[in-house]
Amino acid sequence: MFNEADLIALAITLKLALVSTLVLLLFGTPLAWWLARTRWRFKFLLEAMIALPLVLPPTVLGFYLLLALGPNGPVGGLMTALGGRPLAFTFTGLVIGSVVYSLPFVVQPLQDAFAAVGRRPLEVAATLRAGPVDRFFTVTVPLARAGFFTAAVLGFAHTLGEFGVVLMIGGNIPGQTQVVSIAVYDHVESLQYAHAHWLSAGLLVLSFLLLVAVYALNRHLRVLRA
Amino acid sequence: MTIEARFQFDLGDFRLDVDLQLPGRGVTSLFGPSGCGKTSLLRAIAGLDRHAVGYLKVGELLWQDAETFVPPHRRPVGYVFQEASLFDHLSVAGNLEYGCKRVPEPERTISLERAIALLGIGPLLQRRPVTLSGGERQRVAIARALAVSPRLLLMDEPLAAVDLERRQEILPWIEALHRELDIPVLHVSHAPEEVARLADHLVLMRAGRVVAAGDAHHMFTRLDLPLALDNDATSVIEATVSGHDEEYRLTRLDFAGGQFTMARQPIAVGSPVRLRLAARDVSLTLQRQSGTSILNILPVTVDEISLDDDAQVTVRVLAGSVPILARITRKSALELGLQPGMEIFAQAKGIALLG
Repeated sequence: MFNEADLIALAITLKLALVSTLVLLLFGTPLAWWLARTRWRFKFLLEAMIALPLVLPPTVLGFYLLLALGPNGPVGGLMTALGGRPLAFTFTGLVIGSVVYSLPFVVQPLQDAFAAVGRRPLEVAATLRAGPVDRFFTVTVPLARAGFFTAAVLGFAHTLGEFGVVLMIGGNIPGQTQVVSIAVYDHVESLQYAHAHWLSAGLLVLSFLLLVAVYALNRHLRVLRA
Repeated sequence: MTIEARFQFDLGDFRLDVDLQLPGRGVTSLFGPSGCGKTSLLRAIAGLDRHAVGYLKVGELLWQDAETFVPPHRRPVGYVFQEASLFDHLSVAGNLEYGCKRVPEPERTISLERAIALLGIGPLLQRRPVTLSGGERQRVAIARALAVSPRLLLMDEPLAAVDLERRQEILPWIEALHRELDIPVLHVSHAPEEVARLADHLVLMRAGRVVAAGDAHHMFTRLDLPLALDNDATSVIEATVSGHDEEYRLTRLDFAGGQFTMARQPIAVGSPVRLRLAARDVSLTLQRQSGTSILNILPVTVDEISLDDDAQVTVRVLAGSVPILARITRKSALELGLQPGMEIFAQAKGIALLG
């Protein structure tokens, strides 16, 4: 079944997906909120930028991230200057790469959910004495809960399935940056098909279950609304 | 308490430019055609429109001027939106508590129980908003706005999203508020009947400007305002139930200019009522008619005649000091030789009770 390296890769994958999802929600929520509410006429430029990972080969994204996070890149250089170490080939680097790569999967459902809530419920809340932060947590979040759920699951599942970006900036270091998708690739390369099967099937089942949860919940909400 | 509101800001096609002194009691109706800026003015008063430039003082409290902008959640208003806009993620009780629990206890002048009782929504508390009828939703929305103990209640066409039958279901509740609570109400409407029924004070608006403002009874009968020149023109008269005639199943109503008789009403003697007299149901005669089926004939004095070139003119007559409108043809007005000061008779065919 799974050898020890596989289990470690699985653990790193889940940890990466979990941390990335939390970071995505933390940054994606205000970004999606701003995109849903702003009337800035160049917002489409930002939207296009966020959507880039949907169409760009992951290796291209990974390549640029590698340059940015490496010792001679702007981010890596800054880290070195501050006494740290460059982020390329580290778990933190992987998280940054995953966040950029999965951003559209989190921002778009949230933006749609915020737009669907509209301004009216927030105006009502304001006339009922709720301040801006209060309004966000007591009105927007509950009304957009399906959007948050979809965003979290898609962000998590998409990070699970990532290959190109993690390979480029993670460097496939077992025990540190080797995730399941890369471990599968390694097994196939070394003709260990049984191992490849187990890992692949595991990821397939997990991803499928996550998507089933998203679609089931959305269907449930649609039925409720009708 | 008075409300001073001055606002000047752009509203797309036109500019809202108003300077109003509103009474701090009773119901003030902002009346005008759709899109004349009534709702924008109401939103500006609630602080919902950050772009609204102006000055707003409610009693002693300055809510807005060039330097000040009290955000909406710090203004002690209650706001009823055109659509009930209940929070779908909360039960009816949750909706009512949402505002109430955010008001510090010493400032709660209207308890949750009182708001629930005033709107008769006790049986609905555990329901989800999606299961309520349009009328029920709007009553919950009104109770929710009252439960924040507002110093000023703002209502944006509270009946517009409700069908005619349901309106009759809500109006009595709004009238009850008026009688039982001492909160000034600012109410937006484009329905003359609603205004006739509710308004004590009337602000006529057109294309972002105030055409006229004043006592509602007076405004309805001013011949220089479009209200009185419409075929739906009405006079609103305050009267008191003075007695019932059980034999003929009739009710007598006294007002400052005489007495009306109408079909028996289930109202106690001595109760104040508001009557609505459609101008087209009032006819004028030079002599008191005998041999007519019309019961309500009043001696009146001609006060003013509108200067229409159309088929119809509006004549304002005074019964005592109470103005009554009659909508008659210009031909009849000429043939009767109507002149201000003439002593004539008004016959009223239909009188409606406004709650």
